[in-house]
Amino acid sequence: MELKVSNEEKFHIIQIIGDLDASSSILLDNALEEAITTNTKSILIDCAELHYISSPGIGAFTSRLEECIEKNIIMVLFGLNDKIVNVFRILGLDQLIVIKISKDDAKDYINDAQFTSALH
Amino acid sequence: MMHSLQVPCTKENLKEIRYFVEGALSRYNLSANDTNLMILAIDELCANLIIHSHQCNQDECIEVKVKNEDQTFIFEIHDQSNDSFNLLEYKIPDIQQIINEKRNGSMGLILVKRIMDDIEVERNDGHNICRLYKSLPQGSC
Repeated sequence: MELKVSNEEKFHIIQIIGDLDASSSILLDNALEEAITTNTKSILIDCAELHYISSPGIGAFTSRLEECIEKNIIMVLFGLNDKIVNVFRILGLDQLIVIKISKDDAKDYINDAQFTSALH
Repeated sequence: MMHSLQVPCTKENLKEIRYFVEGALSRYNLSANDTNLMILAIDELCANLIIHSHQCNQDECIEVKVKNEDQTFIFEIHDQSNDSFNLLEYKIPDIQQIINEKRNGSMGLILVKRIMDDIEVERNDGHNICRLYKSLPQGSC
């Protein structure tokens, strides 16, 4: 599994390439921890090249959800294939983690959420 | 026909186990989703055994067997350990609670229980067999 980290405008993007399992999830966990400490408010997870995920990989996301909420960080996953969306669905996590089809959808979601939040 | 694979207890071998299960299932006309879910359930159970029962000791091994009988896939995971964990007694935790507590574990066995139709555990003098059953509709296997 390989991770590529980049920044586009205000968006911190982590691209996952390969299989995210018990032997590789620590890399994602570290990348998410690093992203959160950069003070970004917008984390995009590019899953278009994510071929497989098991519970340690999912746990890397769920264990950071509360911290993201506490720090007003919005994390959005996009580009997941049907098999992987189904795994999130079985756990009911498709209702708790924001999943979008494309990078543009993910950016629009974050922009709208931050705009709405700024109004209140 | 029974397919079988034995590997040392390292996390790096999980990928080999997944390839093995995928290969064993590839001779049946299964959807990508069904195949992925069965691979996932076996991966989760093997990861649990390798990490918690065998502490990733590469001198110890687990064996995975796959067969198909009358529209049902039967997976057996064999290992030698005195681990007292019993999957049958495992109560599924609340997902929201896992998130609130910032835990990054506990979801693997939820997946196993939700994916598989039936689970049996056999223990005999330190030799353990976990048997998992998955039935699929006629025509898909």
